[in-house]
Formats: sequence, C-alpha cells, structure tokens
Amino acid sequence: MASGSSNRIGGLFENAEVTTSGRPVLRRNEVECFLLSSVDLDSEDDPPRFTALRSGNLILTTHRLIWIPSQPNAAVPSSVPLAAITHIFSHKKSIKSMFHSPRIRFQADPGSVVVTVVFRGKGDFDGLLTKFWECWRGRAWEAEEEKRESESSRSGSGTVAQGLYGNDGTVRMVGLAGILRKEQEQWESTDKSLQDAFQDLNALMSKAKEMVSLAEKMRQKLLSAPSSQNGSTDDEEMGSKEEMQQWMLSVGIISPVTKESAGALYHQELSRQLADFVRIPLEQAGGMISLTDMYYHFNRARGTELISPDDLWQACTLWEKFDVPVMLRKFDSGVMVIQNKSHSDEEVMSRIRMLVTKMETLRTGVTASDAALTLKIAPAMAKEHLLTAETKGLLCRDMSPDGLRFYFNLFPEIDPTNLHIVKDFGTYGEWVKATSLLSV
Amino acid sequence: MQKLGDFKLPQFFSYPPYFTLQPVRDTREKQIQLWKELILDYCKTQKIFLINVEEDFPLFSNSAIDRSLSHEARETFLSAIVGEGRAEWLDKGHRKCLILWHRIQDWADIILQFVRENGLEDSVMTVEEIRSGTESHGTELQGIDRTILMRALKLLENKGKLALFKGTSADDEGVKFSV
Repeated sequence: MASGSSNRIGGLFENAEVTTSGRPVLRRNEVECFLLSSVDLDSEDDPPRFTALRSGNLILTTHRLIWIPSQPNAAVPSSVPLAAITHIFSHKKSIKSMFHSPRIRFQADPGSVVVTVVFRGKGDFDGLLTKFWECWRGRAWEAEEEKRESESSRSGSGTVAQGLYGNDGTVRMVGLAGILRKEQEQWESTDKSLQDAFQDLNALMSKAKEMVSLAEKMRQKLLSAPSSQNGSTDDEEMGSKEEMQQWMLSVGIISPVTKESAGALYHQELSRQLADFVRIPLEQAGGMISLTDMYYHFNRARGTELISPDDLWQACTLWEKFDVPVMLRKFDSGVMVIQNKSHSDEEVMSRIRMLVTKMETLRTGVTASDAALTLKIAPAMAKEHLLTAETKGLLCRDMSPDGLRFYFNLFPEIDPTNLHIVKDFGTYGEWVKATSLLSV
Repeated sequence: MQKLGDFKLPQFFSYPPYFTLQPVRDTREKQIQLWKELILDYCKTQKIFLINVEEDFPLFSNSAIDRSLSHEARETFLSAIVGEGRAEWLDKGHRKCLILWHRIQDWADIILQFVRENGLEDSVMTVEEIRSGTESHGTELQGIDRTILMRALKLLENKGKLALFKGTSADDEGVKFSV
C-alpha cells in the first residue's frame, strides 16, 4: 500500500493521472463507480494537516477516491487509495447537520489523517455514501494482490513452461489449439453469464461489470499466452493470434461512464471520455469521421453500457465548452462529422483543385468516388468536401442520367459580353484545349 | 466548334455543367446570364419570336455531349429574360414565351423609320403588307411576329401616329399612317 509514496502531497494524496480532456486514467481492473461535482476536501485537524482541495469533481472507483479540479490548472488532480482508509465515520444526523452542506469523514493512513469531504453542490449524496462503503468493504485491490502473488509463485516453481501436464495434473493446452480451447471454455462460461444476465434487467446491470472484467481478462490471457507456448509457432498461428488480439483489444473501455455512475454530470463525463476515445478512429479515418460511424465504434467499445444516439450527440456538442482537440461539425447537407480542430478545409480544397484541373478530369469531371480514391477518404465524406468546394465556387455540377459529377467551375472566366472569346491563359482555355484534343 | 445551321455556338456549349441548373447562387447567376445572352443572340439571328418550353428547341440540347436542359432550367432562363423586359410569357402556365430581342418601343421606332424611308407618311397599308409586302422585303420587319407587330402598332396608335381599322376580311386589319 506504500506504492507511489514519493509523490504524495501531505503524505496522504497521490498525484492522479488524467487524460488531456480531464478524465482520470484508471489502473488495471479499476472500475469507476460514482461521480459528484462541487466537492471540497478539508483537513479536520487543527492546524490543518494538508492544503485543502476546493471545488472539484470527486470520482469514486473500486480502488481510489479521485479528486479533479473543475477549473483546469487550479490545483493538482489528487487521489487517495481506498486501501489507505482505516475508518469511515458513520453519518450523524443532527439538527446541526441539517444546516450544513452534507459531508463524509474518513480516517486514512499514514498518520491517521482525518479528511472531511464536503458536498457544496446538488447530487445523490446518499448514493455516494452507500457506494463508498461498498467499494471500501469490497477490497478490490486485495483480490488483485492475491492473484499477483499466486501468479508469481506459479512461475517461480519453474514447472509450468515445460511438459504437457499442468500443476494440477490435467493435460495442458498448448499452441493455438490450446488458446482456442481456453477461449471455448471462456465462452461457455460467458454464455452462462449472459443467460443469467438476461433474466431480468437488474441482473443485467449487475452483470455488466462482470462482462467488462471478463473481456479484460481474456485480453490479458491472450497477451500473456506466448510465454506458455512451445516453440512450434508458425506464421499462420501468429497471424490468427494477432487478429484475435486486435479483436479483443477493440472490445473494452474498461470503465464506461454510465448514467448510474455520473448522474447529472453524465453528458459532461461522457463527452470527455469520448474526446479521449475518438483519437484513434479519427486518425484511421483520415481526420474526419461521420457521427454514425463514431456511434458504432464507441458503442462497440463500451460493450454492454450502450448509449443512445442522442447521448452521443449531446456529448459531442459539449466539446465546445472543454479544451479538447476535436470538434463536431455540421455540413450544409445536415451530415454531422467529428474532426480534429487542426483539420483544415484549405488543404482539402487545394487537393480537390489539383484533382479537377488535371487535363483528363477537366474534361470528364469527377464523381464522389473518384475524389474518395484520390483523397483516401470515405465516399460519403468526399461528397461533402465536393459540395463544400461547390459552395465556395471552386466546382460546379453536372446532373445526367449517369449521376452527379463535379467540374472545375469555368463560369466566372466566361465573358458574357462576348460569348465566343476564349482567353489563351486561364482554365477555360485549358478546358477548350482538353476537349478539342478529343474531337480531333 | 459546334454549329446550329449557320449559327456559331460558343465553346462553353459543350461544357456539361452549362446544362445543369447550378444550385450555388453566384454560379447560377453567371450561368443564367450566359444563357440569356445566347438565347437572345440565337433568336435574333434566326428570327425566332416564340419559344415553347414544352417543345424541342435546338438550343436547349446538345447531342454531342448528350445533355439537355430540364423543364425547370428552361423556365428559369426564360423567366430571367422576361424579368429584363426582353421577353413575355403568353400564358399563365409559362409554356409559351415571346422573345423580344427588340423591345416593343424599339419595334415601333423601326416601323416609323420604315414608313419614312418608303414615303408612306399618309398612306394606308394592311398589317399583312407590313410583314410580307415588297416594301418590307430585306428589312427587320420582314416576317415579324404578328403579336409583336400589333403591339407596336397599338403603341403608335396611342401616340397618334397612326389609326388602325378593320378591313373587309376578319384576318386583315388596315393601318392609316399619319406621321
């Protein structure tokens, strides 16, 4: 429990790591349970044993109490491991307490510091108290330590990596067949969990966390698998294993923000989590991704705690208020996309200009799929870019039975007082050359 | 270079977007302007007075690039000419459009000039004679649309330059000039 003692503030708090959008970075197997806003952390003792932390969001996880300032840069995000807490004082109901803001007091090591948690805002205070007790008594951190110990003792015995028999005398699974067999067993138990889960909605919600940890466990198994393999790995095996790993990796956001855990702050926290999450899909999609695609990616990563399209949209609209590197953009056609703030239309426009002023395309025009190939983006996105270019007057359209094509806009170059004049320079001249080459 | 009979078509006549009504305002305005000029130019040289939106009109399609104007586009371009006073819709349904490459006032002036050049200041002529008589041969009045001619004559009648009267047969009216 002495981990990270070097960076403790006042001997009690650890620096809490947060993402660029202000979400806490959770550790392995750590699950977020509750969130309340406008919370102060005070020292009970006189003189105070630590500098008070004022006005922040308090996040309760299975492992820690995390305090994050609501104004960035106002204070350092801090956390107390639940393991350090020695006592939670019971909540006294007195006449005096009716006039106070609700508060929780707990005692923590080292030094038996008494901390008062004061709630200045609205929110489900009792809910937090219940969860706090639950998590503290749940001792999730101990379960992990036990596992680690047993793991280290096993690998220490040195018999595991050799032979076909495991420590318990059963035939050990080796190679891909082993992984697949293990997988099969996992799925069978998963299947059972699922059947249990669907019995009623409450049961489903209580199983949800189990599902997420299951996915995480499978991922860990796969990652550690190579050590237990005998050396007969061929390329094909590696390939399918990698594929499986990739697939597993895409399965879980370990601790999804839920309405239950975040309450009134739900959309805000969702918004931050989304901002962290979009980075990789956005990069893969070339800096711009449609909201529908994002909905699919995000919900797939969340597993069971699915969000509604409306929630996603609300989370995206909240980005304006935070300092995040992504933004929601609505095209004139109504299509909504997520893009990097650094993503510039000018660059895309100049690439479209390059495309349509080539000798060949000057004559034939381009379709959305032509542009998609050149710009290496999805055709739906390419069409939006072409429409933007049209609005800016760079392109104009040609509707024919073959479909919609876009041409470089020659109209501004044509002289209405002399319909037959074609200047030698300029794109109109180029176009005349390009078309006359064909007719010769 | 494409031609319609002896009419030389401009280069942009084979530019496919020229035949699609452009949705962006600036581009569309320029497109309408180019169509306006081309239609008036074509009608003037070919002595065309009437365009029927629902019938084939040589200018409204280009078989070389396999493009033709939609009904909406035709109506938009003709309405733009009407808006400038260079054409008039003959029906409420906007199907028939009278093209006035000369305005009625200009046609009236042409008639007056024609009368003076031929010494007809106090003469009597039939309307049909003005359109196809020997005097008008080779002038702009030759083959003029009857509707336009009547409108120009009425304008002159209002100014006291002539008097219209019914002839013996219903389809022939007489004109007594008094310039």
